[in-house]
Amino acid sequence: MKNIVKLTTPLDPNRIETLRCGDFVEITGTIYTARDAAHKRMKEMLEKNMSLPFDLSGQIIYYAGPCPAKPGQVIGSIGPTTSGRMDVYTPLLLKQGLAGMIGKGKRSQEVIDAMIRYKSVYFGATGGAGALISKCVKKAEVIAFDDLGTEAIRRLYVEDLPVIVLIDCKGNKLYKEFDK
Amino acid sequence: MRVIQDTVVIAAVEKMCIEANCHLCEDVKSAIEKGRKEETSPIGQYILDQLIENAEIADSCNMPICQDTGMAVFFVEVGNKVLIEGRNLTEAINEGVRRGYTQGFLRKSVVADPFFRENTKDNTPAVIHYEFTEGDRLKITFAPKGFGSENMSRLKMLNPSDGMEGVKEFVIDTVLKAGPNPCPPIVVGVGIGGTMEMAALLAKKALTKPIHEKNPVEYLDRMENEILEKINETGIGPGGLGGKTTALCVRILVYPTHIAGLPVAVNINCHAARHAEVVI
Ligand code: SF4
Repeated sequence: MKNIVKLTTPLDPNRIETLRCGDFVEITGTIYTARDAAHKRMKEMLEKNMSLPFDLSGQIIYYAGPCPAKPGQVIGSIGPTTSGRMDVYTPLLLKQGLAGMIGKGKRSQEVIDAMIRYKSVYFGATGGAGALISKCVKKAEVIAFDDLGTEAIRRLYVEDLPVIVLIDCKGNKLYKEFDK
Repeated sequence: MRVIQDTVVIAAVEKMCIEANCHLCEDVKSAIEKGRKEETSPIGQYILDQLIENAEIADSCNMPICQDTGMAVFFVEVGNKVLIEGRNLTEAINEGVRRGYTQGFLRKSVVADPFFRENTKDNTPAVIHYEFTEGDRLKITFAPKGFGSENMSRLKMLNPSDGMEGVKEFVIDTVLKAGPNPCPPIVVGVGIGGTMEMAALLAKKALTKPIHEKNPVEYLDRMENEILEKINETGIGPGGLGGKTTALCVRILVYPTHIAGLPVAVNINCHAARHAEVVI
Protein backbone atom coordinates (compact mmCIF):
# COMPACT_ATOMS: atom_id res chain seq x y z
CA MET A 1 0.00 0.00 0.00
CA LYS A 2 2.71 2.48 0.80
CA ASN A 3 6.14 3.66 -0.17
CA ILE A 4 8.50 4.00 2.74
CA VAL A 5 11.22 6.63 2.78
CA LYS A 6 14.26 5.59 4.81
CA LEU A 7 15.95 8.43 6.66
CA THR A 8 19.06 8.54 8.80
CA THR A 9 20.10 11.17 11.31
CA PRO A 10 21.49 13.81 11.42
CA LEU A 11 19.07 14.94 8.73
CA ASP A 12 20.52 16.06 5.42
CA PRO A 13 18.96 19.42 4.40
CA ASN A 14 18.61 18.19 0.82
CA ARG A 15 16.63 15.17 1.98
CA ILE A 16 14.38 17.39 4.11
CA GLU A 17 13.47 19.36 0.99
CA THR A 18 12.31 16.22 -0.78
CA LEU A 19 9.97 15.14 2.04
CA ARG A 20 6.29 15.84 1.50
CA CYS A 21 3.44 15.74 3.97
CA GLY A 22 1.85 12.31 3.96
CA ASP A 23 5.13 10.47 3.30
CA PHE A 24 5.66 7.32 5.32
CA VAL A 25 9.15 7.44 6.80
CA GLU A 26 11.33 5.12 8.84
CA ILE A 27 14.06 6.81 10.86
CA THR A 28 17.33 5.17 11.85
CA GLY A 29 19.96 6.87 13.98
CA THR A 30 20.30 9.06 17.04
CA ILE A 31 17.38 11.19 18.19
CA TYR A 32 16.73 13.08 21.45
CA THR A 33 13.72 13.11 23.74
CA ALA A 34 12.56 16.38 25.27
CA ARG A 35 9.15 17.50 26.44
CA ASP A 36 7.59 20.30 28.52
CA ALA A 37 10.04 20.73 31.40
CA ALA A 38 13.16 20.11 29.29
CA HIS A 39 12.02 22.70 26.76
CA LYS A 40 11.51 25.24 29.50
CA ARG A 41 15.01 24.62 30.78
CA MET A 42 16.57 24.80 27.32
CA LYS A 43 14.88 28.15 26.77
CA GLU A 44 16.26 29.42 30.08
CA MET A 45 19.76 28.20 29.11
CA LEU A 46 19.58 30.03 25.80
CA GLU A 47 18.47 33.20 27.55
CA LYS A 48 21.52 32.94 29.77
CA ASN A 49 23.76 32.29 26.74
CA MET A 50 24.63 28.84 28.01
CA SER A 51 25.21 26.02 25.56
CA LEU A 52 22.50 23.39 25.30
CA PRO A 53 22.99 19.78 26.46
CA PHE A 54 23.41 18.74 22.81
CA ASP A 55 24.10 20.45 19.52
CA LEU A 56 20.73 20.82 17.80
CA SER A 57 21.95 21.22 14.24
CA GLY A 58 20.53 18.57 11.95
CA GLN A 59 18.99 16.74 14.92
CA ILE A 60 15.52 15.45 15.69
CA ILE A 61 13.69 15.98 18.97
CA TYR A 62 11.11 13.38 19.91
CA TYR A 63 8.41 14.78 22.19
CA ALA A 64 8.18 11.84 24.53
CA GLY A 65 8.43 10.86 28.17
CA PRO A 66 9.00 7.11 28.43
CA CYS A 67 8.03 4.61 31.09
CA PRO A 68 10.99 3.27 33.06
CA ALA A 69 12.78 0.26 31.58
CA LYS A 70 12.24 -3.06 33.29
CA PRO A 71 15.35 -5.13 33.97
CA GLY A 72 16.59 -6.36 30.60
CA GLN A 73 14.66 -3.73 28.63
CA VAL A 74 16.27 -0.81 26.75
CA ILE A 75 13.34 1.45 27.56
CA GLY A 76 9.70 1.25 28.59
CA SER A 77 6.74 2.33 26.45
CA ILE A 78 7.58 5.49 24.55
CA GLY A 79 4.89 7.01 22.35
CA PRO A 80 4.63 10.67 21.36
CA THR A 81 3.08 13.37 23.51
CA THR A 82 1.00 16.30 22.21
CA SER A 83 3.41 18.62 20.38
CA GLY A 84 1.34 21.78 20.68
CA ARG A 85 2.48 22.35 24.25
CA MET A 86 6.03 22.80 22.98
CA ASP A 87 4.98 25.41 20.38
CA VAL A 88 6.00 28.39 22.50
CA TYR A 89 9.57 27.10 22.66
CA THR A 90 9.93 25.56 19.20
CA PRO A 91 10.82 28.56 16.98
CA LEU A 92 13.74 29.26 19.30
CA LEU A 93 15.09 25.73 18.88
CA LEU A 94 14.53 25.73 15.12
CA LYS A 95 16.64 28.87 14.98
CA GLN A 96 19.41 26.90 16.70
CA GLY A 97 19.38 24.38 13.88
CA LEU A 98 16.84 21.79 15.02
CA ALA A 99 15.92 19.96 11.82
CA GLY A 100 13.10 17.65 12.80
CA MET A 101 10.46 16.98 15.42
CA ILE A 102 8.42 13.90 16.18
CA GLY A 103 5.16 14.17 18.09
CA LYS A 104 1.42 14.10 17.67
CA GLY A 105 -1.19 16.75 17.04
CA LYS A 106 -1.41 20.21 15.56
CA ARG A 107 1.24 22.96 15.56
CA SER A 108 0.81 26.73 15.75
CA GLN A 109 1.23 29.03 12.77
CA GLU A 110 4.36 30.49 14.42
CA VAL A 111 5.94 27.04 14.43
CA ILE A 112 4.98 26.40 10.81
CA ASP A 113 6.41 29.77 9.75
CA ALA A 114 9.66 29.00 11.56
CA MET A 115 9.77 25.53 9.96
CA ILE A 116 9.55 27.12 6.52
CA ARG A 117 12.20 29.68 7.40
CA TYR A 118 14.68 27.17 8.80
CA LYS A 119 13.71 24.24 6.55
CA SER A 120 12.64 21.67 9.06
CA VAL A 121 10.13 18.86 9.18
CA TYR A 122 7.48 17.68 11.64
CA PHE A 123 6.77 13.96 11.83
CA GLY A 124 3.89 12.21 13.55
CA ALA A 125 4.27 8.97 15.44
CA THR A 126 1.14 7.06 16.38
CA GLY A 127 -0.24 8.38 19.66
CA GLY A 128 -0.72 5.63 22.17
CA ALA A 129 1.46 3.09 20.38
CA GLY A 130 4.12 3.32 23.10
CA ALA A 131 4.83 -0.41 23.41
CA LEU A 132 5.20 -0.84 19.63
CA ILE A 133 7.53 2.15 19.31
CA SER A 134 9.71 0.98 22.22
CA LYS A 135 10.76 -1.98 20.08
CA CYS A 136 12.51 0.41 17.67
CA VAL A 137 14.69 1.86 20.44
CA LYS A 138 18.00 0.02 20.60
CA LYS A 139 19.92 2.29 22.99
CA ALA A 140 18.87 4.92 25.50
CA GLU A 141 20.76 7.12 27.92
CA VAL A 142 19.89 10.20 29.92
CA ILE A 143 22.17 13.06 28.88
CA ALA A 144 20.66 15.97 30.81
CA PHE A 145 18.18 16.98 33.51
CA ASP A 146 18.15 13.59 35.21
CA ASP A 147 16.17 15.13 38.08
CA LEU A 148 13.18 15.53 35.76
CA GLY A 149 12.58 11.77 35.70
CA THR A 150 10.60 10.86 32.61
CA GLU A 151 11.06 14.44 31.33
CA ALA A 152 14.88 14.21 31.23
CA ILE A 153 16.64 14.58 27.88
CA ARG A 154 17.52 11.15 26.53
CA ARG A 155 19.72 10.23 23.61
CA LEU A 156 18.10 7.33 21.78
CA TYR A 157 19.39 5.15 19.01
CA VAL A 158 16.40 4.04 16.95
CA GLU A 159 16.03 1.64 14.06
CA ASP A 160 13.24 2.00 11.51
CA LEU A 161 11.08 4.18 13.73
CA PRO A 162 7.78 4.46 11.79
CA VAL A 163 6.52 8.04 11.36
CA ILE A 164 4.48 10.07 8.88
CA VAL A 165 5.37 13.56 7.65
CA LEU A 166 2.66 15.78 9.15
CA ILE A 167 4.10 19.15 8.12
CA ASP A 168 6.84 19.48 5.49
CA CYS A 169 9.39 22.27 5.10
CA LYS A 170 7.08 24.10 2.68
CA GLY A 171 4.41 24.29 5.35
CA ASN A 172 2.05 21.73 3.80
CA LYS A 173 -0.05 20.04 6.47
CA LEU A 174 -1.50 16.57 6.58
CA TYR A 175 -4.10 17.23 9.28
CA LYS A 176 -7.27 18.79 8.01
CA GLU A 177 -8.70 21.77 9.90
CA PHE A 178 -11.91 20.77 11.63
CA ASP A 179 -12.46 23.58 14.09
CA LYS A 180 -13.08 26.47 11.78
CA MET B 1 -19.51 -4.94 60.56
CA ARG B 2 -17.15 -6.59 58.12
CA VAL B 3 -13.52 -5.79 58.75
CA ILE B 4 -11.21 -5.41 55.76
CA GLN B 5 -7.49 -5.06 56.39
CA ASP B 6 -5.77 -2.12 54.70
CA THR B 7 -3.21 -4.56 53.29
CA VAL B 8 -5.95 -6.25 51.24
CA VAL B 9 -6.90 -2.91 49.69
CA ILE B 10 -3.26 -2.00 49.03
CA ALA B 11 -2.55 -5.31 47.28
CA ALA B 12 -5.72 -5.08 45.17
CA VAL B 13 -4.94 -1.53 44.05
CA GLU B 14 -1.31 -2.37 43.26
CA LYS B 15 -2.43 -5.22 41.03
CA MET B 16 -5.10 -3.14 39.29
CA CYS B 17 -2.65 -0.35 38.48
CA ILE B 18 -0.35 -2.74 36.67
CA GLU B 19 -3.00 -4.82 34.94
CA ALA B 20 -5.15 -1.98 33.68
CA ASN B 21 -2.13 -0.22 32.22
CA CYS B 22 -0.65 -3.24 30.47
CA HIS B 23 -3.66 -5.14 29.24
CA LEU B 24 -6.21 -3.35 27.11
CA CYS B 25 -9.77 -4.20 28.20
CA GLU B 26 -11.62 -6.62 25.95
CA ASP B 27 -14.43 -4.15 25.23
CA VAL B 28 -12.02 -1.50 23.95
CA LYS B 29 -9.99 -4.03 22.00
CA SER B 30 -13.00 -5.45 20.20
CA ALA B 31 -14.28 -1.94 19.47
CA ILE B 32 -10.95 -1.06 17.81
CA GLU B 33 -11.04 -4.32 15.84
CA LYS B 34 -14.58 -3.58 14.72
CA GLY B 35 -13.45 -0.09 13.68
CA ARG B 36 -10.62 -1.65 11.67
CA LYS B 37 -13.04 -3.87 9.76
CA GLU B 38 -15.26 -0.93 8.88
CA GLU B 39 -12.54 1.65 8.22
CA THR B 40 -12.15 2.53 4.55
CA SER B 41 -9.32 5.08 4.70
CA PRO B 42 -5.96 3.35 4.08
CA ILE B 43 -4.10 5.62 6.50
CA GLY B 44 -6.83 5.02 9.07
CA GLN B 45 -6.47 1.26 8.60
CA TYR B 46 -2.70 1.58 9.02
CA ILE B 47 -3.07 3.46 12.34
CA LEU B 48 -5.65 0.97 13.66
CA ASP B 49 -3.38 -1.93 12.70
CA GLN B 50 -0.60 -0.30 14.71
CA LEU B 51 -2.89 0.11 17.70
CA ILE B 52 -3.94 -3.54 17.58
CA GLU B 53 -0.32 -4.66 17.28
CA ASN B 54 0.66 -2.29 20.07
CA ALA B 55 -1.96 -3.78 22.41
CA GLU B 56 -0.71 -7.27 21.59
CA ILE B 57 2.91 -6.34 22.33
CA ALA B 58 1.90 -4.66 25.60
CA ASP B 59 -0.13 -7.69 26.59
CA SER B 60 2.54 -10.27 25.84
CA CYS B 61 5.48 -8.23 27.24
CA ASN B 62 3.48 -7.04 30.24
CA MET B 63 4.37 -3.46 29.44
CA PRO B 64 2.18 -0.34 29.37
CA ILE B 65 -0.06 0.10 26.32
CA CYS B 66 0.80 3.79 26.39
CA GLN B 67 3.67 5.54 28.15
CA ASP B 68 1.22 7.99 29.69
CA THR B 69 0.04 5.70 32.45
CA GLY B 70 -1.96 8.64 33.63
CA MET B 71 -3.10 10.19 36.83
CA ALA B 72 -4.71 7.45 38.91
CA VAL B 73 -8.46 8.05 39.16
CA PHE B 74 -10.66 5.88 41.39
CA PHE B 75 -14.36 5.51 41.97
CA VAL B 76 -14.93 3.72 45.24
CA GLU B 77 -18.22 2.35 46.56
CA VAL B 78 -18.07 1.79 50.29
CA GLY B 79 -20.72 -0.44 51.85
CA ASN B 80 -22.17 0.85 55.13
CA LYS B 81 -21.13 -2.36 56.92
CA VAL B 82 -17.47 -2.11 55.96
CA LEU B 83 -14.72 -1.14 58.35
CA ILE B 84 -11.18 -0.63 57.07
CA GLU B 85 -8.58 -1.56 59.63
CA GLY B 86 -5.10 -0.03 59.60
CA ARG B 87 -4.56 2.95 57.35
CA ASN B 88 -7.62 4.91 56.28
CA LEU B 89 -9.00 4.09 52.87
CA THR B 90 -7.48 7.08 51.07
CA GLU B 91 -4.03 6.31 52.42
CA ALA B 92 -4.40 2.64 51.55
CA ILE B 93 -5.36 3.45 47.95
CA ASN B 94 -2.44 5.86 47.61
CA GLU B 95 -0.08 3.24 48.99
CA GLY B 96 -1.39 0.79 46.39
CA VAL B 97 -0.76 3.36 43.65
CA ARG B 98 2.76 4.01 44.97
CA ARG B 99 3.57 0.30 44.87
CA GLY B 100 1.83 -0.45 41.59
CA TYR B 101 3.47 2.39 39.68
CA THR B 102 6.88 1.49 41.09
CA GLN B 103 6.74 -2.31 40.85
CA GLY B 104 5.02 -2.18 37.47
CA PHE B 105 7.59 0.21 35.93
CA LEU B 106 4.79 2.61 35.09
CA ARG B 107 5.44 6.25 34.40
CA LYS B 108 5.23 8.70 37.27
CA SER B 109 3.42 11.67 35.80
CA VAL B 110 2.22 13.62 38.83
CA VAL B 111 3.69 16.95 39.95
CA ALA B 112 3.16 18.18 43.50
CA ASP B 113 2.17 21.73 42.68
CA PRO B 114 0.56 23.03 39.49
CA PHE B 115 3.07 25.89 39.31
CA PHE B 116 6.29 24.59 40.82
CA ARG B 117 5.83 21.22 39.12
CA GLU B 118 8.13 18.94 41.03
CA ASN B 119 7.44 15.30 40.27
CA THR B 120 6.18 13.34 43.30
CA LYS B 121 8.08 10.34 41.87
CA ASP B 122 5.47 7.72 42.82
CA ASN B 123 2.42 8.96 40.89
CA THR B 124 0.54 9.88 44.05
CA PRO B 125 -1.72 11.43 45.07
CA ALA B 126 -4.55 9.67 43.28
CA VAL B 127 -7.88 11.35 42.53
CA ILE B 128 -10.48 9.40 44.50
CA HIS B 129 -14.27 9.71 44.41
CA TYR B 130 -16.29 7.99 47.13
CA GLU B 131 -19.87 6.86 47.20
CA PHE B 132 -21.62 5.18 50.10
CA THR B 133 -23.80 2.15 49.46
CA GLU B 134 -25.66 -0.58 51.33
CA GLY B 135 -23.91 -3.78 52.29
CA ASP B 136 -20.55 -5.16 53.34
CA ARG B 137 -18.54 -4.80 50.18
CA LEU B 138 -15.98 -2.42 48.82
CA LYS B 139 -15.99 -1.85 45.07
CA ILE B 140 -12.99 -0.10 43.54
CA THR B 141 -12.97 1.09 39.93
CA PHE B 142 -9.64 2.30 38.59
CA ALA B 143 -9.31 4.42 35.46
CA PRO B 144 -5.84 5.88 34.84
CA LYS B 145 -6.25 9.05 32.81
CA GLY B 146 -3.77 10.25 30.21
CA PHE B 147 -3.60 13.97 29.69
CA GLY B 148 -3.40 14.13 25.90
CA SER B 149 -7.10 13.49 25.98
CA GLU B 150 -7.83 15.05 29.39
CA ASN B 151 -6.53 18.40 28.10
CA MET B 152 -9.09 18.33 25.29
CA SER B 153 -12.04 18.06 27.70
CA ARG B 154 -14.44 20.95 28.23
CA LEU B 155 -17.30 22.12 30.40
CA LYS B 156 -20.04 24.62 29.69
CA MET B 157 -22.98 25.96 31.62
CA LEU B 158 -25.72 25.91 28.99
CA ASN B 159 -29.14 27.52 29.34
CA PRO B 160 -32.14 25.23 29.83
CA SER B 161 -33.48 26.54 26.50
CA ASP B 162 -30.42 25.16 24.69
CA GLY B 163 -31.87 21.69 25.30
CA MET B 164 -30.67 18.47 23.71
CA GLU B 165 -29.60 20.16 20.51
CA GLY B 166 -27.38 22.55 22.45
CA VAL B 167 -25.76 19.65 24.28
CA LYS B 168 -25.14 17.68 21.08
CA GLU B 169 -23.62 20.71 19.41
CA PHE B 170 -21.28 21.33 22.35
CA VAL B 171 -20.10 17.72 22.42
CA ILE B 172 -19.39 17.64 18.69
CA ASP B 173 -17.69 21.02 18.78
CA THR B 174 -15.43 19.75 21.58
CA VAL B 175 -14.44 16.73 19.49
CA LEU B 176 -13.74 18.95 16.46
CA LYS B 177 -11.58 21.29 18.51
CA ALA B 178 -9.64 18.32 19.90
CA GLY B 179 -8.92 16.98 16.40
CA PRO B 180 -5.86 14.71 16.41
CA ASN B 181 -4.62 15.65 19.90
CA PRO B 182 -6.45 13.11 22.11
CA CYS B 183 -5.23 10.09 20.07
CA PRO B 184 -8.39 9.11 18.21
CA PRO B 185 -10.26 6.79 18.11
CA ILE B 186 -11.62 8.31 21.29
CA VAL B 187 -14.21 7.48 23.91
CA VAL B 188 -16.45 10.40 24.83
CA GLY B 189 -17.85 10.74 28.34
CA VAL B 190 -20.65 13.26 28.79
CA GLY B 191 -22.06 14.44 32.11
CA ILE B 192 -25.24 16.48 32.06
CA GLY B 193 -26.98 18.20 34.99
CA GLY B 194 -26.17 18.63 38.66
CA THR B 195 -23.82 21.52 39.38
CA MET B 196 -20.61 22.46 37.62
CA GLU B 197 -18.43 19.92 39.42
CA MET B 198 -21.13 17.25 39.33
CA ALA B 199 -21.31 17.41 35.53
CA ALA B 200 -17.55 16.95 35.33
CA LEU B 201 -17.67 14.02 37.72
CA LEU B 202 -20.45 12.35 35.74
CA ALA B 203 -18.48 12.78 32.52
CA LYS B 204 -15.48 11.07 34.09
CA LYS B 205 -17.63 8.30 35.53
CA ALA B 206 -19.24 7.74 32.13
CA LEU B 207 -15.78 6.78 30.82
CA THR B 208 -15.65 3.81 33.17
CA LYS B 209 -18.75 2.19 31.62
CA PRO B 210 -18.09 -0.77 29.32
CA ILE B 211 -18.18 0.30 25.68
CA HIS B 212 -20.83 -2.11 24.49
CA GLU B 213 -23.19 -1.59 27.41
CA LYS B 214 -26.45 -0.07 26.24
CA ASN B 215 -27.52 3.03 28.12
CA PRO B 216 -30.49 1.87 30.28
CA VAL B 217 -32.25 5.19 29.68
CA GLU B 218 -33.94 5.01 26.31
CA TYR B 219 -33.56 8.65 25.21
CA LEU B 220 -29.92 8.78 26.34
CA ASP B 221 -29.15 5.67 24.34
CA ARG B 222 -30.60 7.36 21.26
CA MET B 223 -28.63 10.52 21.97
CA GLU B 224 -25.40 8.55 22.38
CA ASN B 225 -25.88 6.87 19.02
CA GLU B 226 -26.79 10.09 17.27
CA ILE B 227 -23.74 11.92 18.59
CA LEU B 228 -21.48 8.96 17.78
CA GLU B 229 -22.73 8.90 14.22
CA LYS B 230 -22.13 12.63 13.79
CA ILE B 231 -18.63 12.37 15.28
CA ASN B 232 -17.73 9.58 12.91
CA GLU B 233 -18.96 11.65 9.99
CA THR B 234 -16.45 14.41 10.77
CA GLY B 235 -13.66 12.51 9.04
CA ILE B 236 -11.10 13.12 11.81
CA GLY B 237 -10.33 9.40 11.83
CA PRO B 238 -7.67 7.29 13.55
CA GLY B 239 -4.73 9.41 14.68
CA GLY B 240 -6.58 12.41 13.25
CA LEU B 241 -5.28 11.41 9.82
CA GLY B 242 -8.64 10.87 8.18
CA GLY B 243 -11.21 8.11 8.26
CA LYS B 244 -14.46 7.24 9.92
CA THR B 245 -13.25 5.65 13.14
CA THR B 246 -13.04 8.86 15.17
CA ALA B 247 -14.87 7.66 18.28
CA LEU B 248 -15.51 4.17 19.63
CA CYS B 249 -18.46 5.22 21.74
CA VAL B 250 -20.25 8.04 23.52
CA ARG B 251 -21.45 7.48 27.09
CA ILE B 252 -23.84 9.88 28.82
CA LEU B 253 -24.80 10.16 32.50
CA VAL B 254 -27.37 12.61 33.81
CA TYR B 255 -28.34 14.01 37.23
CA PRO B 256 -31.09 16.31 38.52
CA THR B 257 -30.19 19.96 38.13
CA HIS B 258 -31.30 23.48 39.07
CA ILE B 259 -34.28 25.28 37.48
CA ALA B 260 -31.88 27.80 35.96
CA GLY B 261 -29.22 25.53 34.54
CA LEU B 262 -28.06 22.90 32.09
CA PRO B 263 -24.42 22.10 32.94
CA VAL B 264 -22.66 19.85 30.45
CA ALA B 265 -19.15 18.40 30.69
CA VAL B 266 -17.32 16.48 28.00
CA ASN B 267 -14.46 14.29 29.16
CA ILE B 268 -12.49 12.83 26.28
CA ASN B 269 -10.61 9.58 26.60
CA CYS B 270 -8.22 8.09 24.08
CA HIS B 271 -8.19 4.61 22.57
CA ALA B 272 -6.04 3.62 25.56
CA ALA B 273 -9.28 3.73 27.54
CA ARG B 274 -8.14 1.78 30.55
CA HIS B 275 -10.42 0.70 33.34
CA ALA B 276 -10.48 -2.09 35.88
CA GLU B 277 -12.81 -3.08 38.69
CA VAL B 278 -12.45 -5.12 41.83
CA VAL B 279 -14.95 -6.05 44.52
CA ILE B 280 -13.59 -6.84 47.97
S1 SF4 C 1 -4.04 10.56 24.92
FE1 SF4 C 1 -4.11 8.44 25.63
S2 SF4 C 1 -3.17 7.20 24.03
FE2 SF4 C 1 -2.63 9.34 23.67
S3 SF4 C 1 -0.66 9.58 24.67
FE3 SF4 C 1 -2.20 10.21 26.14
S4 SF4 C 1 -2.73 8.38 27.33
FE4 SF4 C 1 -1.60 7.74 25.51
